[in-house]
Amino acid sequence: MNEMTRLTGIGGHVPLVDGPEKVSGRAKYTADFIEPDALVGRIYRSPYAHAEILEVDTSQAERLPGVKAVLTGADCARTFGVLPIARTEHPLARDKVRYKGEPVAAVAAVDAETAERAIRLIRMRVRELPAYFTARAALAADAVALHAKKAGNIERDVNFELGSVEGGFAVADLVRAATYNCAEVCQNQMEMHAALARYDRVRDRMTVYASTQVPYYVHLMLAQILELEMSRIRVVKPFVGGGFGCRTECLNIELITALLARKVGGAVRTVISREETFITHRGRPETDITLKIGLSRDGRITAVDCECIQRGGAHSGYGVVTILYAGSMLYALYDLNNVRYAGRRVLTNTPPCGAFRGHGTVDVRFAFESLLDEMAAELGLDAMAVRRANYLQAPTFTDNDLMVNSYGLPACVDWVERESGWLARKGRLPKGKGLGFACSHYISGASKPVNWTGEPHATVKLKVDFDSSIVVLTGAAEIGQGSSTVLVQTVAEVLGLDTSRVRIVSGDSDVVPKDNGSYSSRVTFIVGNAAIDAANKLKGLLLAAAARRLEAEPGDVECLGEVYRAGAQDKGLAFEEVVAEALKDSGTITVTGTYSTIPESHGGKKYRGAAIGGTMGYSYSAQVVEVSVDEETGQVDVDKVWVAHDCGKALNRLSVEGQVQGSVWMGMGQAMSEEARYHDGLLLTANMLDYRVPTIKDSPPIAVGIVESNDPHGPFGAKEAGEGSLAAFLPALTNAIADATGARFNNLPVTPDRVFAALERRARPLGEDGSTQRKRGTGGA
Amino acid sequence: MARLIELTLNGRRRIDAVSENRLLLDYVREQAGLTGTKTGCDGGECGACTVLVDDHPRLSCLTLAAAVAGRRVDTIEALGSAGALSAVQRGFHEKLGSQCGYCTPGFIMACAGLLRRNPNPGPEDIRSALGSNICRCTGYVKIIEAVEFASRLLAEGGTAP
Repeated sequence: MNEMTRLTGIGGHVPLVDGPEKVSGRAKYTADFIEPDALVGRIYRSPYAHAEILEVDTSQAERLPGVKAVLTGADCARTFGVLPIARTEHPLARDKVRYKGEPVAAVAAVDAETAERAIRLIRMRVRELPAYFTARAALAADAVALHAKKAGNIERDVNFELGSVEGGFAVADLVRAATYNCAEVCQNQMEMHAALARYDRVRDRMTVYASTQVPYYVHLMLAQILELEMSRIRVVKPFVGGGFGCRTECLNIELITALLARKVGGAVRTVISREETFITHRGRPETDITLKIGLSRDGRITAVDCECIQRGGAHSGYGVVTILYAGSMLYALYDLNNVRYAGRRVLTNTPPCGAFRGHGTVDVRFAFESLLDEMAAELGLDAMAVRRANYLQAPTFTDNDLMVNSYGLPACVDWVERESGWLARKGRLPKGKGLGFACSHYISGASKPVNWTGEPHATVKLKVDFDSSIVVLTGAAEIGQGSSTVLVQTVAEVLGLDTSRVRIVSGDSDVVPKDNGSYSSRVTFIVGNAAIDAANKLKGLLLAAAARRLEAEPGDVECLGEVYRAGAQDKGLAFEEVVAEALKDSGTITVTGTYSTIPESHGGKKYRGAAIGGTMGYSYSAQVVEVSVDEETGQVDVDKVWVAHDCGKALNRLSVEGQVQGSVWMGMGQAMSEEARYHDGLLLTANMLDYRVPTIKDSPPIAVGIVESNDPHGPFGAKEAGEGSLAAFLPALTNAIADATGARFNNLPVTPDRVFAALERRARPLGEDGSTQRKRGTGGA
Repeated sequence: MARLIELTLNGRRRIDAVSENRLLLDYVREQAGLTGTKTGCDGGECGACTVLVDDHPRLSCLTLAAAVAGRRVDTIEALGSAGALSAVQRGFHEKLGSQCGYCTPGFIMACAGLLRRNPNPGPEDIRSALGSNICRCTGYVKIIEAVEFASRLLAEGGTAP
């Protein structure tokens, strides 16, 4: 038994508990529920980027045989949105449309062909308004406001200065400033959005199958939009084909499908296309950053001044949180004292952006680590030495009141330095090859959820019955990241059992406790701690029952997992016997474990919104990227990546490696090829050929070093592993290209045409017309 | 217009009426009820719908059902036997070649096709055989390990690909 426990317990290489379903085709995702009586839902989308709606004519569509329901904004009185302060979206646009592709009407019909024909019969009459596809255009003095309450199209300005920035620059030996542009990117998770809704008119109940990271938020928004009591709603989350943040808020498809189902009094299944999935969006906004850093000769950072403008799209979504993260997370990686931040989230006539893996932190980290690298070189300092000169000393609080209790960054830097052969190889590689280095970090769960009702931050229930199996009941959403596996491992570890005795049920609101879902890398830390609490309570019950049977004091009974005994000489009781004894009291046993973050982790009050960024523990990452640059074509190949990630304690080494590799790779996509491009507000890259995701042929080996800093509050010491390593790839890449070519790339993605143009520019003096200096536009033509 | 097709789907002979424009993908999922094969894009971009036609990987979203009349079609549900996982399935499960799992059936079928042709592929063979399948979770590192593991299992005389 001990042997087996070691294989599946904490710290092992544990395959996913739901892996067999995934590799056998038995895993059912929302679109796989093909119910014979379900009607087909389809959405009519706005061809206009910004317009007042005068009329939506659905009369022809309604007359088409086989069409059972047609809805428009007139059927959608209420608004939705993830942040209580910014619920501005109607499931179907009402009064105005604000981006090309915004849902305007919806149809339920007997089959897909009929539904699609009906969509083509819908006509829309509008008064067009000026539309703005860049932050700059939307901010123009005479721009028409997208939302009446948001003058100047500013969703949110964030300004703070902590310490004295001017004083910090005054004592610096080197002050440099640069501007950066990061293109808008999309999650592009493999499963396209889908929803299945069934309305039971007899009981006035709605059931929705949703491909979501937060079933609870879907539940909340269904109640709001349907104006239905929450007790009449059931949300089921089947297998989910990735999310990466775009499913951390309720999406319009879930609401539209439910509205259709209620109108027809039955079931409606809506599966949208890849193009529509891209348009539903919620990706990372295009970001412009102006950054100024002061450095002393020994590499100490004396001051930071950061301006960040995000093109947020037509609705807030998570926007206010994103622009706050971009500022607050300047901190907690290095010891910074004098920091000024000016963030501006802008509303534009493009699809709404949202929370993308590394939420808010990635683009600013790219700028920061790029400029730091450039300045280190100018001072003749090693890139790693500069980081070492600015380490935090944990435990500490940052100037913006973020709590840092564990800090594995130094060990991460040491690991990549050693494994990449940095000291021996940096600057000594053959022509066209280069090494680059950078760091990043991320939170292990927002310490305050955005929709907080005062309950514990997580609740986990365990059920034990006559069969002596343990069932974990959790609302934590397994989306492929391995959350179900880690919770099963956690419970098994506390009870000393093999994971085979533990099952898990997640994602059905009829059965599982409410959970705030899978976002901000919260599950392992926050839900994991609740699972430990639940398992300890169960263990207490089992020890008491065993003591009764063994006629011993509970304190004298020892739990060996499958055996409970009173003293080493005792033969003891088998687990089944202990459970049978425990059931005599109450029948089925259920215990509830909870966890709440501590107030010290809630961030500060030094500026409005300063709570964003607060967490119980930060993960840390360091990366070295090796590239080859073909100077003839501008092609950049990533030959290898070394990444070290401080996850506190690796509860499942296999999952940690997989999450870190996936993060690095997703950062590679953003850095090298991914870019949402528009023409007059029309998303041009709404498919997987034009939105270029790296293939297996483009993708390098990624060596992962796991650093365990053992966070004092983490479950078994653990922190997050699924996001923090994304951001460092971007600057590590451009730093490597700079090492290989001498050219710096401050605009992402670094495509071959950009590299080629830069190398040409370097090779040849500028033409009189300056033509080689022109940068490729983003977001325009 | 519908026509009758006769084919061998996952080892069973079937006769079905399909419309001329019905995609093999929709036939497999909606008519045969085998939802293991996934739709990941609007046509030919992602590989999630890969099935084997006479042991060769095919994108079922770009193949008409009528075109496989008389052929042998295998989907993810055909792999493994008596509930046991095949070598490729074991590789993807045990080496974490599958995270969210949505691309997994397509990858596994492409790998099964590769290993039926070449039981001992090198890294470049693997990259080439999987070059048109997209995974958004793994960064492909563990997918390559999964295929190498499956290849070793086959060499040890284990199960079928």
